Amino acid sequence: METILEVNNVIKQFGGFTALSEVNLHVLKGERLGLIGPNGSGKTTLINCISGAYTDYQGSIRFDGGDITLLKAHERTKRGIARSFQIPRPFSSMTVMENLLVPFAFVGGKDGPEQQKEAMSILDGMGLAEKAFVQSNQLSQVELRKMELARAMAAKPKLLISDEAMAGLSGTEVDEVLEILFDLNKLGITIIMIEHIMQAVMKFSQRVVCLDAGKIICEGTPETIVKNPEVQRAYLGD
Amino acid sequence: MHGALLKSPIFYQKTLMFSVDLIFEAVLFGILLGCFYAAVSLGLSVAFGLLDVPYVAHPALLILGSYFTFVLSQTGIDPIVCGVLLMPVFFLIGIGFYRFYYETFEKRSSDTGVRGLAFFFGMSFIIEVCLILVFGVDQRTVVASYIGSSLEIGDYRFPYRMLVAFGIALTLTVALTLYFSKTFNGRAIKAVGQDEGALRLMGANPVKIKQLAFGIATAVNALAGAMLIIVGPVEPAMDRIYIGRTFCVVVLAGLGSMSGTLVAGLVLGIAESIVMMTFGASWAPAVSFGLLLLMLGVRPQGLFGR
Amino acid sequence: MKYAIYCALVLLGFLGVSTLGGINEYVFFAGFVILQFVILATAWNILGGYAGYVNFGVPAFIAVGAYTAVVLFKSMSAPLLVQILGGGILAGALGLGVGLLTLKLRGIFFSIATVAVVFILETVVNNWRYVGGATGLQLTRPQDLWFFDSYARMLFFVMAVLAVLSVTIARYIQDSFLGRGLRAVRDSEEAAECSGVPTLKIKLIACTISGALMGIAGAPMPMYLSYIEPTSTFNLSYSISALGMPIIGGTSHWIGPVIGALLLATLQQIVTVTISNELNVLVVGVLLVLFVVIAPDGILGLIKKWKQSSK
Repeated sequence: METILEVNNVIKQFGGFTALSEVNLHVLKGERLGLIGPNGSGKTTLINCISGAYTDYQGSIRFDGGDITLLKAHERTKRGIARSFQIPRPFSSMTVMENLLVPFAFVGGKDGPEQQKEAMSILDGMGLAEKAFVQSNQLSQVELRKMELARAMAAKPKLLISDEAMAGLSGTEVDEVLEILFDLNKLGITIIMIEHIMQAVMKFSQRVVCLDAGKIICEGTPETIVKNPEVQRAYLGD
Repeated sequence: MHGALLKSPIFYQKTLMFSVDLIFEAVLFGILLGCFYAAVSLGLSVAFGLLDVPYVAHPALLILGSYFTFVLSQTGIDPIVCGVLLMPVFFLIGIGFYRFYYETFEKRSSDTGVRGLAFFFGMSFIIEVCLILVFGVDQRTVVASYIGSSLEIGDYRFPYRMLVAFGIALTLTVALTLYFSKTFNGRAIKAVGQDEGALRLMGANPVKIKQLAFGIATAVNALAGAMLIIVGPVEPAMDRIYIGRTFCVVVLAGLGSMSGTLVAGLVLGIAESIVMMTFGASWAPAVSFGLLLLMLGVRPQGLFGR
Repeated sequence: MKYAIYCALVLLGFLGVSTLGGINEYVFFAGFVILQFVILATAWNILGGYAGYVNFGVPAFIAVGAYTAVVLFKSMSAPLLVQILGGGILAGALGLGVGLLTLKLRGIFFSIATVAVVFILETVVNNWRYVGGATGLQLTRPQDLWFFDSYARMLFFVMAVLAVLSVTIARYIQDSFLGRGLRAVRDSEEAAECSGVPTLKIKLIACTISGALMGIAGAPMPMYLSYIEPTSTFNLSYSISALGMPIIGGTSHWIGPVIGALLLATLQQIVTVTISNELNVLVVGVLLVLFVVIAPDGILGLIKKWKQSSK
């Protein structure tokens, strides 16, 4: 299987604080990768470097055969990287449908009736179809999370990064979102999932990477990761 | 005869000393002026630098402080004392302002940027126009024993009122810096700008802390306003140029840096003083705004910013 | 194309009024000012309402328009249309420049930078004798009135055309990709970037167009007054009006600034004539604060709520 994302020796510093030190990560096409680590370990920083929210890091990032190290976030989105946010960021003055039409317009180049139909089918797949014309600032937490994923889908990504999409959701809601992610993966989309909910990560991931204090301390299948003493130490302390 | 004189080495020596003298005097004056600018910007440093409130009405409140001082000093009280007496009043005004801002804008999250800015800008204008309606557009001054005479050291004259303002400014800056680093509340104020969550866990209420900070920032304005009218005459439209001076100092210092405010004030004061000496007073407004634009373009986090 | 028909009707109406005899000349002077505010409010809203970046330095752009017109007129007797075009282009360039400097930073820094530009330009103009410096410059209007009876009538109609043009541009932006992108930027710049919106480019475009339109609003002023001087041209009161009118009218749709400008500018004329000049700024300031606190979606928002509640 080919590699779709290569993170090579990425170092990210904020003033005197090193958030990521020499991170190396390879993700295969179509893979379901879980990214775990305690708070402050650098997971979101790593995602921000991959998605282009930060462009002032050292090292290089390659995606889908091309070097994206210096590209801005919107250019990376056009290349096929999409992400959801830890705290949902809806376009609150717009309806759910209009939220999806933004990536259709700016990534796909069109936002006409065809795209609206496509948007409806994305929303349908997530169980949001009836809320399509509701203003997005009136959605519940889980609906907002789903809309984040739907909006990321509207950008027709090859890689989707889900940043704690299930944080704060109830058991059944977590299962709903998990099912959506599985369905998206079946369509061929590579998915990186950042989560604290361990059962979700174990159920979903084919491979898990554990980050601590800006370094990758361990990589492997869910079973091996759980048993790894370093991972246990990172989460539970010495 | 002119030619011979110009070529004479003594002539060159004298002109060189002459301009070094002038620059030295300009720098000294600039230091006094700079401390003053730092003091009038402290309130903004707290409100905008630490708390992230788009407090563009700060200069208007400064001028309001000057006018309140003016009115109070008509009863015969010394202007500095007036300023101090006004501090608790302005403290309450500051708390009220923040409370109102928080309830109306910060709580309801959407679109705070535009509305908050528009609100404070509108308040600025309302204060200015009300001052014009009540006091007219003429300049107002106060009278005190130290206004009008100067201290003479060698060839230099230091107006007493500038020295008084310098003294107050230094005291205020030191007091605030100590407060923010040594007291629990002060440190909480510094922390609330950076990590509200942690503060909550420590048992402190972020809203109350921010309220306190805003109150302090506005109270400082009362004394700073008194200083302003001691240093020179005041008119309602002065808040406009002080937008430039205060924001220049705060941006130059870097958001959240109290000690940086003093350094930044000195930089601005000296720059303005030298420009005024070289090009004339009409270029003074351009210095603060020009320096501000320069910093925004080159190093927006300021000299000491986080 | 219903909109095109409306525009044509409106322009015909203005043409009719400006060629009608027996109307007090003051109507055309007041009308000029009101139409100028329609352009300013519409221009401000393109960046402020659609994108969420608050321009406090409106007079800087007006002044660039006005003083460019003066330079063009004085140096080569340029006709009015060339003055307007020149003013618009240079004001647009200023918008681009300020944008490049500050649109990468947070909104408040952009706002403060726009104030800075006002003072810096005013200081420059104060020391520039060619355009009259601090004392100002008298100008003699050319005799070219086209087919109008007076210069005031001609300028009135020119402003009407410019106002329709500005509103058309705003409407086009609103309904285009640009408008969608600007709204996304306003709601969440981060999410917009990740949805493929080239946020910096879009903000720069909006800033340039907004600046250019303000310059166009300012360019006819020297001919209107037969005089130009810095203090009134650079008056920050323009800012409170140019931002108050769209906020009061409603920032989400191009008709909001038009409603706000027509209502408020007319009110201002009435107040200036009957009471005093200072008071008209106070009126806008108070209404602005009231609306921002109580009715942030402006008159348009109030109409929407009233329609929804009466269903």
